[in-house]
Amino acid sequence: MNLSMKWLADFTDVGDVNIKEYCDRMTDTGSKVEGYRDLAEDFSGIVCGKILKIEKHPEADRLVVCAVDIGGGSPIQVVTAATNVFEGALVPVCTDGARLPDGTKIKKGKLRGVLSEGMFCSVSELGLTTHDMPGAVTDGILILQHCGIDSPTLGADMKDVLDMRDSVVEFEITPNRPDCLSVIGLARESAVTFDRELHVPTPKVEPLCDGDDVSNYLKVDIKNPTLCPRYTAKAVKNVRIAPSPLWLRMRLRAAGVRPINNIVDITNYVMLEYGQPMHAFDYSCLDGSHIIVRNAAEGESFKSLDDKEHTLEASMLVIADEKKAVALAGVMGGANSEITDSTNTVIFESANFKGSSIRISGKKLGMRTESSARFEKGLDRENTYAALMRACELVQQLGAGDVVDGIIDEYPGKTEPVKIRLDTERINSFLGVDMSRDFIVKTLEKLEFKVDGDTVSVPSFRADVEQTADIAEEAVRIYGYNKIPSTAFRGAAENGGRKPHQQYELDVRGLLSAMGMYEIETFSFISPSYYDKIGLREDSPLRRSVVIKNPLGEDTSVMRTTALPSMLEVLSYNNSVKNKNVRMYEMATVYLPSDAGELPREPKRLVIGMYDDDNKGAKVFYKLKGYIEALLEYSGISNVTYKSCADAEQYHPGRCAAVMCGEKTLGVFGEIHPAVCENYGFSFPVYCAEMNFDVMTALRSAEKEFHPLPKYPALERDFSFVCDEELETGLISDVIKKAGGKAVEKAELFDIYRSSQIGENKKSVAFAVSLRSHDHTMTDEEADGAVKKIMKALYDEFKIVLRS
Amino acid sequence: MKEILEKIRAEAMEAISSSAQSLEEIRIKYLGKKGELTKVLRGMGALSAEERPVVGALANKVREDVERAIEKKSREMKEASRALALKAEKIDVTVPGERFSVAPRHPLSAVQKQMEDIFIGMGFEIAEGPEVEKSYYNFEALNTPEDHPARDIQDTFYITDDVLLRSQTSPVQIHVMEEKKPPIRVISPGRVYRADEVDATHSPLFHQCEGIVVDKGITMGDLKGTLEAFAKQMFGEGTRLRFRPHHFPFTEPSAEVDISCFVCGGKGCRVCKGEGWIEILGAGMVHPNVLRGCGIDPDVYSGFAFGMGIERIVMAKYNITDMRLLYENDVRFLKQF
Repeated sequence: MNLSMKWLADFTDVGDVNIKEYCDRMTDTGSKVEGYRDLAEDFSGIVCGKILKIEKHPEADRLVVCAVDIGGGSPIQVVTAATNVFEGALVPVCTDGARLPDGTKIKKGKLRGVLSEGMFCSVSELGLTTHDMPGAVTDGILILQHCGIDSPTLGADMKDVLDMRDSVVEFEITPNRPDCLSVIGLARESAVTFDRELHVPTPKVEPLCDGDDVSNYLKVDIKNPTLCPRYTAKAVKNVRIAPSPLWLRMRLRAAGVRPINNIVDITNYVMLEYGQPMHAFDYSCLDGSHIIVRNAAEGESFKSLDDKEHTLEASMLVIADEKKAVALAGVMGGANSEITDSTNTVIFESANFKGSSIRISGKKLGMRTESSARFEKGLDRENTYAALMRACELVQQLGAGDVVDGIIDEYPGKTEPVKIRLDTERINSFLGVDMSRDFIVKTLEKLEFKVDGDTVSVPSFRADVEQTADIAEEAVRIYGYNKIPSTAFRGAAENGGRKPHQQYELDVRGLLSAMGMYEIETFSFISPSYYDKIGLREDSPLRRSVVIKNPLGEDTSVMRTTALPSMLEVLSYNNSVKNKNVRMYEMATVYLPSDAGELPREPKRLVIGMYDDDNKGAKVFYKLKGYIEALLEYSGISNVTYKSCADAEQYHPGRCAAVMCGEKTLGVFGEIHPAVCENYGFSFPVYCAEMNFDVMTALRSAEKEFHPLPKYPALERDFSFVCDEELETGLISDVIKKAGGKAVEKAELFDIYRSSQIGENKKSVAFAVSLRSHDHTMTDEEADGAVKKIMKALYDEFKIVLRS
Repeated sequence: MKEILEKIRAEAMEAISSSAQSLEEIRIKYLGKKGELTKVLRGMGALSAEERPVVGALANKVREDVERAIEKKSREMKEASRALALKAEKIDVTVPGERFSVAPRHPLSAVQKQMEDIFIGMGFEIAEGPEVEKSYYNFEALNTPEDHPARDIQDTFYITDDVLLRSQTSPVQIHVMEEKKPPIRVISPGRVYRADEVDATHSPLFHQCEGIVVDKGITMGDLKGTLEAFAKQMFGEGTRLRFRPHHFPFTEPSAEVDISCFVCGGKGCRVCKGEGWIEILGAGMVHPNVLRGCGIDPDVYSGFAFGMGIERIVMAKYNITDMRLLYENDVRFLKQF
């Protein structure tokens, strides 16, 4: 809402308050100011002048030299190329040093050898339009007498001539306060904020007393009183359509509304002043003399004022005559009854409609107007009458027509004011302040609440006030939120802090970051095409996503069932900007649809992604595995096994492992399938892991226990074998551990060696085995016995023997 | 014999200081089993009873002196050679170290953690709730019925008519109040969704941190005190707060809260766009309708709630002007925090 300070002054006097302070204090009491603009600062140095004489330019055919009286002293000389100037024309003149609204500075100088001491202005050079200045032309100088300004003071500042000395304050009005979408509403707030008087004059309409009455023109029938609780109307005959006077146009302009003609401008003026949207329509366009407020017929067509065709639904409310809709109630009038230059009789409508109905109609039709934006918040039913009278008062004031006596006022929805008990003690203890009862009462009364003993009656325009908490807010916002003393809350002792699973997640993030991985944050919604991009099978259950009904675009239209595509997108982006050796992780929520009626499950996945520019082979696989091993060890998850996993279609079938803990799958990791890498623009392998973080959380061992350090020395034995390339070393170490039993403390792979000597499809693997007893020093004999068992088992299982 | 002993001493001392022979050779030559001093001692039998102790004492003195001199020399030589070695082993300390990489946390989660820690310090717990949420929890239970105008402000993503992507973290408040009776002190950080196109200051997904306290006798002064304590820890001891009346359907009275700019201290600068204040959160006293809806009697209990956008705070704190950077995850961006 843009408020003209000049307009505000009609209702309350805050003229002595500095504009900055005005804005700050209004914000402090709840009317948030977004900014303000002093219209007088738009331009400077432009005065009103009269062209006394026009002569040809001696050197240029297209230029003329004008002598201009700018009041006092001798005339100045202005060279111009404008063709619409004439001797006697009253024009805006930029004097030397003038500044235009677009920032241009005008200096005196010579034009083709002739001194020009200034410049004439067009409407647009003054920051105005031909709507603001009817009678002006777009392609020439603004001639003031063509715009009804016949006798300005020569030399006067154009800001005064054009009535532009004003400031505009822009308010952000919250949806609960539609009453503040009006000059009067903001005047009320200003008056209470600065403790001033508020004067809202009752509009005066002089009776015509010609025996005519509105009932001769119109009968109104409200078919749906729920959606239209009140409808008031008056008729104006002998309408004289003309531009509005300058002062009114300038007020509309300050509010950001385009002037059209006197009748339309009056409806807009009243809407801005009273917050009550008005509608004016041409009486001669009605079929019959009956206004019917009814629901639209399903599929009824309607052409709005802006010449757009709409197909209406039965839920929408229309203003109709006996045959057709003439307005979409509260949203926009119809093209069929628009005010034109030839309009002779006008009906002014000032009605009240149910907010949600207007909101839904407007939304469905894609229409939002100044009118619907007010109605949809729920307006004051009591306000229609005064607004209508104000419109008619303006008609008389502007000489725009003859206001027919009588008023139509159908009011099926009259309600009683809301009453709330005033409990100052409760208000004070709830807020933690000590406001006096007098202060609270006085504040409420300034806000037009009526206080009678302990009963507060809420004014009709404050539908947002329903109970004590609302009254408390009214009082304390004027008292000053910033005067409330700050205190610490008290209460029974409670255990704060993180729950164990929250602490674990935090620790894991900290660990991964400490290991040099960057944490990333990606969107939870993705494009369904990403499932193709990561190579998911057509029948993959992961393709079943939670789908957004109204997405912003295809790219963000489904909730991810896997966070792998998000990781790959980020890795791909980093590769494209040449970031080297990237390691990243995301603690990502995924969204898995549940059965109908249930909310989706939202498990957490820990996704790790990395690539190494230097090591493009399987070495990176083992780096990634190293991170995972460290993570699981840190988490105290033991008995972890890694199983080759050829059926995860996103991964390289020969370089992918499932991480298991017993029967539970902790996750899967490996090299991303080359076809998928290609989809993401990689010419080298990328490695990712997807860990089921909820499973990790469940299996972690949070409790640590101390085991005594070994008292007896260990014996170390190194073994190396030649075996088939196919044989997984994990199986070998399993057999070593099993066969050696308790004596084997550790069996660690320390080398894999391939050569032509060893043979094709063969490899040599070497293990360091540590043997120890916990209750005595192991003898060589015992150790040899264990080794023997191990050798036998390896031979039985794999037919492998020690390398000689 | 005295003369012989003195001579041995003089010779030995000369040999030690001249470094012509190795110290070990000198030791053997003079102090060894067949050394010169030993020879002299062997000839002691020829001395008279009076002379013997005198010469014996002298011989021992000579032995000690020579031993000490050898030891001293030995130490000197070792020190000299170590000094040489140390000199030779000098390295270039300006050559870069072998990097052990530590990555910082993502600024969003780092700031979230900082917030959590501050509130945990005041006795809060952390509550979690679903992101795909029932419309009831996102709106109705928060005093925002179907035809409430506030529903227009938040353009919400819907899954079905009554399931949506939560547009605020406030639904978690409701879950907590349904499950637990006062005293309640929780914060609920997390992702929220609104149908805003991506640009420098908007994102269809962002993070909020919500907080709620419900107990007997909770006042608006407590809200102010709590948020002031938070802001001072988060943004610095000198931070001031400004509360402005506002409207949220689920609080009454409601406030928007600004902090004094932590860059310029309120004088006006680029970060606060010349205002001296930065808007960081919305807050208020829990609306009686919300308490009632959760089965908490507003005549007995009262509470306050607040919510803030984490992106906004991250952007203000680090002077990030484009929100998209937070979701682009460029390593060159991430490593700056």
